[in-house]
Amino acid sequence: MSAAPQTTSALDEHGVPDTTRTSLLRFATAGSVDDGKSTLVGRLLHDTKSILADAYEAVERVSKERGSEEVDLALLTDGLRAEREQGITIDVAYRYFSTPRRTFILADCPGHVQYTRNTVTGASTADALVVLIDARYGVVEQTKRHLAVAALLRVPHVIIAVNKIDLLDYASGPFRSISQHVQSHAESLGLPNVICVPVSALNGDNVAERSENTPWYEGPTVLDILETVPSIDQGADAFAAAHRHGVVHPTAADAVAEEGGWRLPVQLVLRPQDAAVSEEYREYRGYAGQVAEGTIRVGDEVVVQPSGKRTTVAGIDTATGSLDEAHTGQSVSVRLADEVDIARGDMLSSAPDAAAASKTFHAHVAWLTDRPLRVRDRVLVQHGSAVVQAMVTSIDGILDISLPGGTLDSSIAKGTELQLNDIGVVSLQLAQPLAVEDYGTHRRTGAFCLLDPQDGNTLAAGTARAQVPGSGDETYISI
Amino acid sequence: MSDEEHVTTETPTPARLSTLDSLEAEGIHIIREAVGTARKPVLLFSGGKDSVVVLHLATKAFWPGKVPFELLHVDTGHNFDEVLEFRDRTVEKLGLRLQVAKVQDYIDDGRLRERPDGTRNPLQTVPLLDAIAEHKYDVVFGGARRDEEKARAKERVVSLRDEFGAWDPRNQRPELWNLYNPRHLPGQHVRVFPLSNWTELDVWRYIEAEGIELPPLYYAHEREVFQRDGMWLTPHASVRVKDTDVIETRTVRYRTVGDASCTGAVESPAASIQDVIAEVASTRITERGATRADDRLSEAAMEDRKKEGYF
Ligand SMILES: Nc1nc2c(ncn2[C@@H]2O[C@H](COP(=O)(O)OP(=O)(O)OP(=O)(O)O)[C@@H](O)[C@H]2O)c(=O)[nH]1
Ligand SMILES: [Mg+2]
Repeated sequence: MSAAPQTTSALDEHGVPDTTRTSLLRFATAGSVDDGKSTLVGRLLHDTKSILADAYEAVERVSKERGSEEVDLALLTDGLRAEREQGITIDVAYRYFSTPRRTFILADCPGHVQYTRNTVTGASTADALVVLIDARYGVVEQTKRHLAVAALLRVPHVIIAVNKIDLLDYASGPFRSISQHVQSHAESLGLPNVICVPVSALNGDNVAERSENTPWYEGPTVLDILETVPSIDQGADAFAAAHRHGVVHPTAADAVAEEGGWRLPVQLVLRPQDAAVSEEYREYRGYAGQVAEGTIRVGDEVVVQPSGKRTTVAGIDTATGSLDEAHTGQSVSVRLADEVDIARGDMLSSAPDAAAASKTFHAHVAWLTDRPLRVRDRVLVQHGSAVVQAMVTSIDGILDISLPGGTLDSSIAKGTELQLNDIGVVSLQLAQPLAVEDYGTHRRTGAFCLLDPQDGNTLAAGTARAQVPGSGDETYISI
Repeated sequence: MSDEEHVTTETPTPARLSTLDSLEAEGIHIIREAVGTARKPVLLFSGGKDSVVVLHLATKAFWPGKVPFELLHVDTGHNFDEVLEFRDRTVEKLGLRLQVAKVQDYIDDGRLRERPDGTRNPLQTVPLLDAIAEHKYDVVFGGARRDEEKARAKERVVSLRDEFGAWDPRNQRPELWNLYNPRHLPGQHVRVFPLSNWTELDVWRYIEAEGIELPPLYYAHEREVFQRDGMWLTPHASVRVKDTDVIETRTVRYRTVGDASCTGAVESPAASIQDVIAEVASTRITERGATRADDRLSEAAMEDRKKEGYF
């Protein structure tokens, strides 16, 4: 559809960011209640001139009606009646803006512990997470919980915005000590790239514009960082993985990104027959899906999971023409050289490093529902386009977020049940085999949800862990 | 980290997909996923630009097969003729089946009463829910975008509706990664919004990139109009023109098309897609703010309608 996107400036002849050429970054906010997430988001939108006049007037009017002198920028995202009444964020608000360098999808998440499930929702698709900390109070329990969520989801970039520094006369001391504290905590959780920025969301210091009030800070603004970090699509995962292995030069990460194989969860089998758009496609048979990772090329050898059958890629089709190769994120239809029995929920993968299907696996889960999860509970596992019955065979540990500076490993206590908002390690037994992979190396095929078999509700977010061969250590969960 | 040592601000690896490529691929993924689990899906199709783009994505998602679901239009009875003509021609061209639920039928037999302000947009909810129940649709696609309105900004891509079609904004399911969950109990259904993450500008850029046809109303044309509440309205059969209304000819276009009684035109010389893109990119007024009287009713007008089962 369009030319290769640029990451520098991509303005069209009218000086408007051209989204057929710019790249996309998804980011989310996190941090404790009232630390200033929505205000920061409002400030970013305001300072990038992304708020239209009537929307701004509406917020101005409502702020006045509430007796506030200043325009409350949080109202730009706190759009529900209940949110405005209580002055808090309840559910994620998605907003869209662009700068000459990039297009952004931002998810403003709630801070209240009661709405952690919504924060996990917003963070699950994020390339970057902006964690707000009130400079007066420093790292609090919710900060730790959200950092643990970032570690569980392996959000590639974490930006710590130490906020409300206007209330501390823009002193550098609190920022330095909070930065140190949060860095060591993040490191113990295995979060790779954590950057701290001193900000006042209210006044806009170091949000989109460099502040004159913080001469002691020479780092980037929040927007500078968001405009330049690589997205997952641009190899941010490989970057993070390389970082974990002690490689800090980003070009090394590029090499990692190129080496890997590819995965395609099959969403539908396209067999038009009588419904073909023209006679020549009557007998067409293609496997439709979105490339979960890697680059598929015509001629590649394929392994179908869970059956383990092998064949090769005969063609890659889209409605606008056939492709020689398809990249991560593209929605395509793949034709195969041999007639193989394949259904929705199966997974195609490149042969050299094919995913292995299994009936058991270990995972981290964030439990997001009121009733607790217990051993022997029956759930459904949703993985790619597959939904399979499963049983919890053991709960191997629960993360204790209150432990200071503990790693996920050392913070795990053997548990009997997972309560609302707990992060734990579980072992699952499946009714049918699934090609679940290690989330650390395969983001899409390592992610899954747990569903309630009775009412269909979503119960938990899960990230699969590779079993350590021969370690016998069932609680191995280093992130 | 000390403040001296900071993030590398070098240019990252170029993305393989542009923003628009990513949005298209995501939309197709969402449509395929919902259809993969649906018993009887349907697309709400008005002939407006957003529903036209969803339909276009659907033709791509199932190519080389036809779109495997029918279309439903909730007709307020106040539609522009050229939009209805476009709607029927599009349906015919793609060989699809269109169901029409008519607000007029409900008014004629007294199940619904005309509102004092003459606006029929809020009256669409009951015929919509009846049609969903009658045809036993379980997955209902819509063209709503999160950037349209602050309540919509909060809605999931796959949004559960209860037996009354109601949306419960305080109790939405988690929606994790791209794993959408359309499961529901009998009597419930899900609304699915493949354009959730698109902006008005993205929609227009896509229309340009894909050469998608729209009703002519979206482009500048001369029209007899009169001003009301700061909007240009057409003296349509559905609109009560007052003696004091001054009817004049202006060059206008529509940013949204809906019920003629409450959808306003904007003065605009933008006669081509490129002109419209330039205009949308530089506008200082939101799409709904410029054109929809029904959203001006109260601060939470949209949220309230959605809680009752509206689109
Ligand atoms: N002085 C000062 N006040 C701030 C700053 N940022 C936010 N606030 C105030 O802090 C309060 C909470 O701000 P919000 O942005 O609603 O906080 P939040 O983190 O979004 O809260 P939840 O979403 O409910 O978790 C509001 O009264 C803001 O005006 C800041 O930089 N300086
Ligand atoms: Mg908030």
